[in-house]
Amino acid sequence: MPREIKMLLLVLAMALVTYVIRMLPLVFFRKKIKSRYVQSVLYYVPYAVLSAMTFPFIFYSTGNLYTALIGTAVALIASLTKSSLIVVAVLACLAVLISGFIL
Amino acid sequence: MEKSVSLFKFNNGVKDGLPIGLGYLSVSFAFGVKASILQIPLIITLLISMTNLTSAGQLAGLEIIATLGTFAEIILTQIIINSRYFLMSLTLSQKTDDSFSLKKRFICSAFITDEIFAVALSKPGKISVKYFLGLALLPYIGWASGTLLGAVAGSLLPEFIVNALGVALYAMFIAIIVPPATKERGVLFAVVLSAGISCALYFVPVFSALSSGFAIIITALVVSLITALIFPIKTEEEVLDA
Repeated sequence: MPREIKMLLLVLAMALVTYVIRMLPLVFFRKKIKSRYVQSVLYYVPYAVLSAMTFPFIFYSTGNLYTALIGTAVALIASLTKSSLIVVAVLACLAVLISGFIL
Repeated sequence: MEKSVSLFKFNNGVKDGLPIGLGYLSVSFAFGVKASILQIPLIITLLISMTNLTSAGQLAGLEIIATLGTFAEIILTQIIINSRYFLMSLTLSQKTDDSFSLKKRFICSAFITDEIFAVALSKPGKISVKYFLGLALLPYIGWASGTLLGAVAGSLLPEFIVNALGVALYAMFIAIIVPPATKERGVLFAVVLSAGISCALYFVPVFSALSSGFAIIITALVVSLITALIFPIKTEEEVLDA
C-alpha cells in the first residue's frame, strides 16, 4: 500500500474510533455510571496518558538532550507557578533556544 | 421572538467558546510543528485535527501514523486515551434540553472535548443545541487553523527554531498535569507512576521493542486501575453531601 494511502486510512480509523466513543452515550444511553471505581479509573486516565506521553519523550523533543533537559526543568518550574499553558510553552521554548546558543 | 432568543443562545455559546478557541490555537500550533518534524504531509496533519479534535489522542496517533503502524494499534490507543469522552458524553446526555434531536445528537457528539464539556456543564440548567454548537465553533476553528499554522511554520522556519518549538507540546502537557498534581495526591501518584512506567518501558531492553502506542495503552491502563483503587474520587452525590 502507498505510504499516503495507509496514512489516510489510519487517520480515518482514528477519527472513527474517537467519534464513536463520543457519540454512543449521547445518542443511545441516558444513564449515569454509578460505579465509583469506574468513575475513578476514567478520572485518572487523562493524567496517566499525558504523563506517559511526556516522559521520556520530552527529553528527545529538541534533538539535543541537554537543551531538552533545561526546557523540561523550565516547564516544570513555570507550571508550579500556575502559569497558563501558552506561557509555560513559550518559556520552555525560549529556554531551549537560548541554551542551544550557549551549549 | 423565539428566533431572537435562540440566536442569543448561539451568541452566548460563541462568547463562552472564545477563550477555549484561543487556547486550542496554541496547543494545535505545537501539534502542527510536531507533525512537520515527523514529516507527515500537511493535508494529512490538517485532516487529523479536523476529524479528531483532541490533543492527547492525536499525538499518540501521530507517532503511529508516522511509522505506519497497525490498525489494531491505533484503534486500541484511541479507545484507551479517549475513554474519558465516553463518561463526558454520558454526563452531557443528562444536561441537554429537548432541542437535541437524534440527528443533532449525532452532530454534537463530534465536539465533546475536555474544555467544551467543562464549560457546558458549568452552565445552570439544561443547554440547547444552538448554545452547544456556538460553544464548539471557535474551539474547532482555533484547533484547525492552529494546526495549519504550526505545520507550515515547522516546514518553513530554520532548524534551530523548529527544534526549540519541539518542546512546546510536551511543555503544555506538563502545564496541564502539574497544577492538579500539587493539589490532589491521587493525580500526583498517577503522574509519577505513569512517568516511571513509561520510562521503564522505553529504556529496559526487554520492553523497548514495544511500540509507543502500546506502551501508552499499557501504562495508562495499569496506572489508572491502580490509582483508582488507592485514591477513589468523590462521586457527585458525596460532593453535594459535603
